[in-house]
Amino acid sequence: METIINPVVKVDAAFIYIIGFSLFLLFAITVTMVWFVFRYSRKRHPKAADIRGDWRLELVWTLVPTLIALSMFWIGWSSYAGLRNVPDNALTIEAVAMMYSWIFIYPNEKETEDELVVPQGKPVRLEVTSDDVIHGLFIPAFRIKVDAVPGVHTYAWFLPDEVGTYFIQCSEFCGVGHADMTAVLRVVTGEEYLAWLETGDDDDE
Amino acid sequence: MTSFYHTPFPARFRGVWAWLLTLDHKRIALLYLGAVMFWFIIAIVLGFLVRMELMTPGRTIMGAETYNAAFTLHGVIMIFLFVIPAMPAIFGNFLLPIQIGTDDVFFPKLNLLSWYLYMLGGVLAIVSLFADGPPDTGWTFYVPFSVSTQTNVGLTVTAAFTLGLSSMLTGLNFITTVHRMRVPGMGWLQIPLFTWSLYATAWVQLLATPVLSITLLLVVFERVFGTGLFDPARGGDPVLYQHLFWMYSHPAVYIMILPGMGVISEIIPVFSRKSIFGYKAIVGSSLGIATAGSLVWAHHMFTSGMSDVAVFVFSFLTFIVAIPSAIKVFSWVSTMYKGSILMTPPLFFALCFIYLFSVGGLTGLVLGSAGTNIQVHDTHFVVAHFHFVMFGGTGFSFFAALHFWWPKIFGRMYDFKRAYLSALLIVTGFMLHYVPMFILGLQGMPRRYHDYLEQFAPGNLFAGLGALIMVPGLFLMVINLMMSLKQPVDAPADPWGGTTLEWSVPSPPPLHNFIERPSPGEYPYDFSRVGTP
Repeated sequence: METIINPVVKVDAAFIYIIGFSLFLLFAITVTMVWFVFRYSRKRHPKAADIRGDWRLELVWTLVPTLIALSMFWIGWSSYAGLRNVPDNALTIEAVAMMYSWIFIYPNEKETEDELVVPQGKPVRLEVTSDDVIHGLFIPAFRIKVDAVPGVHTYAWFLPDEVGTYFIQCSEFCGVGHADMTAVLRVVTGEEYLAWLETGDDDDE
Repeated sequence: MTSFYHTPFPARFRGVWAWLLTLDHKRIALLYLGAVMFWFIIAIVLGFLVRMELMTPGRTIMGAETYNAAFTLHGVIMIFLFVIPAMPAIFGNFLLPIQIGTDDVFFPKLNLLSWYLYMLGGVLAIVSLFADGPPDTGWTFYVPFSVSTQTNVGLTVTAAFTLGLSSMLTGLNFITTVHRMRVPGMGWLQIPLFTWSLYATAWVQLLATPVLSITLLLVVFERVFGTGLFDPARGGDPVLYQHLFWMYSHPAVYIMILPGMGVISEIIPVFSRKSIFGYKAIVGSSLGIATAGSLVWAHHMFTSGMSDVAVFVFSFLTFIVAIPSAIKVFSWVSTMYKGSILMTPPLFFALCFIYLFSVGGLTGLVLGSAGTNIQVHDTHFVVAHFHFVMFGGTGFSFFAALHFWWPKIFGRMYDFKRAYLSALLIVTGFMLHYVPMFILGLQGMPRRYHDYLEQFAPGNLFAGLGALIMVPGLFLMVINLMMSLKQPVDAPADPWGGTTLEWSVPSPPPLHNFIERPSPGEYPYDFSRVGTP
């Protein structure tokens, strides 16, 4: 079996790259600004110099940020590509949003409400749609978010590499129950998953 | 010389009519100032209530319905009635004609009409929002939710349509005025940077606003005639609405920030006694932002299900638009190099602007990058980002402009100590308010939630405490400025030692601004022409 790169890793690398560079730039701008205010205060520097610009400096601070911006764009784009390219062996589960709950439909037609159960280690592809207004399926732990649009099927995938419980939230404002439109994601071992899948409708009423 | 306060125009009107029917650009600016501050204070209070509700998980002071109404109204009022009109309508109206050495805008009657449209839009917005129960759609009015909800969206969009028309007419007026009415001797490269920024903004107002108007008409068609344009059950597409909405609303972000950048470009040179660094680069970047900023709208929609190719293109263009903003920041900081810097309240606000706007701009890169956008889209990270840009940016530049031109407009100086204290309270509260929201967003707290998971409690508590510091600061600032009005009119024409033409006329200016035809210099920021005050 080919190894699947977890997109979470790439997205986090993009976060670190962009935020790291930004903090550095912010620090440089702020320190320079405060230093100038202090060093060239009227008390210490009564007579201002007459400098109106310098095209070489201006060229440098146009080109360097352009290169930085393009590198950020690229790392951001390649992490996005990771979120969009679903591995071939993914397990497809349908997610239907409605005011204000999530319905998950498994390959064997089993349905659950506000609870998504997936086997550990197998990529999961979520086919997302909505029954009424636009909602958003958001699983922060796996860095995925996709709008649930009525009449349209959108998708997202993730690699549940560790057993555990994670939270799912609605990210697109949908009305009075928006904040309560949460669900639970349970990652269980493959055997547990198969056993769970075959049990009756214990999660339905 | 009697000031415009004592010279009604047209001269036959007296008392309140001298204001309500005035054609003087300065009086119209003050009419806007009154109306805009009224809405600003209401929106501050609403925002404060939203923040207080989020102090603790669960219900704190209001339920979900009230909360949804509060954040919707906060957004609608702040965006359409404060942030968009504040800078062009108040300071643009007052200063643009004076900065280019003329006595009024090109179409004074149209100018007055813009104000009435603004007032009508404000009244319509409030009436419509309350006509059928409290509004609950957010300021973006996304379909199909906004069509299915019980609120009177038809009237609300009419209000936004009216406000758009007002903004468009102001833009038209400014473009014409800058082209046709500059004093002889003032070429394009002698125009002060604030006027340049208003000119770039005016083009966006004129070209982008019609898209919003068309979108709003389509929403009305959808509701009244059931055209099904946005209804998937009848072959429509709800995402089409988002494209049309953001095609206006993203350029609108630049309508909001460009004039603020213009203000900073005026203030930094004056208190550094030194020319702006790279005048042409600043002019060029204003025009570059206005152009490129019109082509990035779909970066609000990376999760909407649009094609990956579109995500690629819009993410790329978003990074391109970051560059002219960076050029401006570097130019402002370099202006201070080897200057002779005098700290004053307007400069303090301007320096806060540079810092806060930089944070806003840099966090915009996290949002512009496609992969990271997916995690933080529609979370508190976005809320923090746009408050850094719209409040830390436009808001602080508005406060800087108020303190910079207050003596010019009212002929009185305010108390510096209270001004610094208010600025310090606002900026401290601001940081405590919005920095935790970045972290909340990274952790995954969605926006527009009246209730949240337990792990988000500490961040929200800090943000609430920040609001408790910031809001008193805002009120102190307004009160301090108002208190100055009790003093006699004694401000000198040029209290700060500015070089642009508004500082060559008395404070407050006379009706026709200039007593004799002004002579603009070769270069608008030549500090060898004026002494150090």
